[in-house]
Amino acid sequence: MLSIKNLHASVEGTPILKGIDLDVAAGEVHAIMGPNGSGKSTLANVIAGRDGYDVTAGKVVFRGKNLLELPVEERACEGIFLAFQYPVEIPGVSNLYLLKTALNSIRKHRGLNDLSAVEFLKLIKEKIKLVEMKEEFLHRSVNEGFSGGEKKRNEILQLAVLEPSLAILDETDSGLDIDALKVVANGVNSLRDEQRAMIVVTHYQRLLDYIIPDKVHVMANGRIVKSGDKSLALELEKHGYAWIAQDPGAAAAPPAGS
Amino acid sequence: MASPANDIDRLIKREYKEGFVTDIDSETLPPGLDEGVVRAISEKKREPEFMLEWRLNAYHHWLTLTEPQWAHVHYEPIDYQAISYYSAPKDKDGPKSLDEVDPKLLETYEKLGIPLEEQKMLAGVAVDAVFDSVSVKTTFREKLAEVGVIFCSISEALQEHPDLVKQYLGSVVPAGDNFYAALNSAVFSDGSFVYVPKGIRCPMELSTYFRINAMNTGQFERTLIIADEGSYVSYLEGCTAPMRDENQLHAAVVELIAMKDAQIKYSTVQNWYPGDEHGRGGIYNFVTKRGACRGGNSKISWTQVETGSAITWKYPSVLLEGDNSVGEFYSVALTNNWQQADTGTKMVHIGKNTASTIISKGISAGHGQNAYRGLVKVLNQADNARNYSQCDSLLMGDRCGAHTFPYMEVKNPTAQVEHEATTSKISDDQLFYCRQRGLSEEDAVSMIVNGFCKEVFKELPMEFAVEARKLLEISLEGAVG
Repeated sequence: MLSIKNLHASVEGTPILKGIDLDVAAGEVHAIMGPNGSGKSTLANVIAGRDGYDVTAGKVVFRGKNLLELPVEERACEGIFLAFQYPVEIPGVSNLYLLKTALNSIRKHRGLNDLSAVEFLKLIKEKIKLVEMKEEFLHRSVNEGFSGGEKKRNEILQLAVLEPSLAILDETDSGLDIDALKVVANGVNSLRDEQRAMIVVTHYQRLLDYIIPDKVHVMANGRIVKSGDKSLALELEKHGYAWIAQDPGAAAAPPAGS
Repeated sequence: MASPANDIDRLIKREYKEGFVTDIDSETLPPGLDEGVVRAISEKKREPEFMLEWRLNAYHHWLTLTEPQWAHVHYEPIDYQAISYYSAPKDKDGPKSLDEVDPKLLETYEKLGIPLEEQKMLAGVAVDAVFDSVSVKTTFREKLAEVGVIFCSISEALQEHPDLVKQYLGSVVPAGDNFYAALNSAVFSDGSFVYVPKGIRCPMELSTYFRINAMNTGQFERTLIIADEGSYVSYLEGCTAPMRDENQLHAAVVELIAMKDAQIKYSTVQNWYPGDEHGRGGIYNFVTKRGACRGGNSKISWTQVETGSAITWKYPSVLLEGDNSVGEFYSVALTNNWQQADTGTKMVHIGKNTASTIISKGISAGHGQNAYRGLVKVLNQADNARNYSQCDSLLMGDRCGAHTFPYMEVKNPTAQVEHEATTSKISDDQLFYCRQRGLSEEDAVSMIVNGFCKEVFKELPMEFAVEARKLLEISLEGAVG
């Protein structure tokens, strides 16, 4: 589904990504871990097409299309969804209105008719249960005055409604207490299926207790320095990122004696 | 990836759909202003003697005044002798039946989306159509007359209800109030007149559509609305003009009078030609609008959506004379390209327990300059006056400006006056967020701006709220920063 080859990107002239290779197939959940500043969020933003990130080399192909040529909204319509680390507030615009406009934009791109107000409400009432939010939530302005947990749940609600083929969760666990984390993880898990891939970007192993990844990649200094299955996350938890930093490149096993 | 600067240039391109010219024979006075012109206008309108005297007094007073310089706007001095003060389609003796109206005029209004055939109109909206200096047609007059509501052009009101006009004209905005009001009082040509009798809730929305067509002509609209005791009326004005490289002057005066327990809701969707992307042409909209809450428990509410004009100078105000009276001002003012706006309100608390609310939303894009200027004045005797003011500015791009000039004069210690102001930008983060959810850049901007204006739009009559939203979209086609 997603194939990234030798991706280099810089921000204001400073190289951040220094050759990323990553293949994600439909139905898979990949976790990307790494210390602060390793380039995890940059990778998420480059895939989504955010301004200010210059791709200096490499290729990103998504379902046969050269993703880097597409504007942000087309990538979204093609099925890429980014759950933001810091969702923005949009005063005066109701959550419901944003969701409806977004869904209908994506449907239009796929050659489908707009959902009627009734159909849309029915859908939304269904989806909102996934994230255990009250309906009044829908009528509040987008993220305005939301707690950290509410913002993240709102991201998952949008994910549930827009049904992308690739969902990227950027530090969705940051700032969540354990209860909110479980709600978010349950929401995400219920959206896992054969057709959908997910990339879960996280600093901590904690989230991966609830969202079990098929593959785990560890980033350091703009590269994926280690890939493995879910046990890699547990090892990281045990040894910390210093372990990777000390032994970049080859570390296929924990250092002897630890 | 496109840089933000490119986006602005690409996107600041708006199309002004009402910029066409109607090719029609007009009778136009030669440019210039003197006593003879004032007399000629009055004579053309076959006005009663008192009106001519009133005009002449205003004219002589105007000669002693100088143009106000305090507004935060810049323009070349206006040559008042280069403007024609009267222009009307030929063979026109005031409004008549629709069959006699020149088809070109009907076509013009049709094109503007304002069909004048009653059966084609929005149900529940009566229209007075003013073309340059004259009213072309007022619809639903008979139906309104059934409940005693008078809705006609001010020229006709001077013929048919001279006493009412004499009693109220200039009672809120005196002829010598300011430079432009004095000029208007001397040369005003047409506008609407509304009288709602005691205890009547006007059964339809009333509206006036102002159209400037002739070149080098000023439009001097005069509107007078009187809501007698216990009555209610909602009134809306709209306006457009052709695209021309020259600036044209529109200097209107609107007076509202609300008696005891009466309510007037006055909404404006202003879409005068704003000039092109280089700042050439456009209307100078120098307007005096004021309402008097004469009686106890009366209420006047101004809502304005100002998207057009090269320069807007306008402060719809309320004199809260009656005890427990209420004044409201809801405004969205948008300046794009080289437009300039200096707009706001005056709330003058005179009676006891009076309350006023001011919600102002300024949006600046391109090189637009947008100033809120407001005065909240509480007089000695106005016990327990309350005011809440909120002025929010939204900036798009880095070449525009937003300015806030709130003035407060409080002479009674029991007053409660609150003022809040914010300035924000449409952030790249907001745009990225919306686009990542599948919205195009234009849709995202329009959604964010509409959200910003929500508190004002909800005050507009339903039919017009939709119009206003669309207008804002067109006016912003393009402004992203």
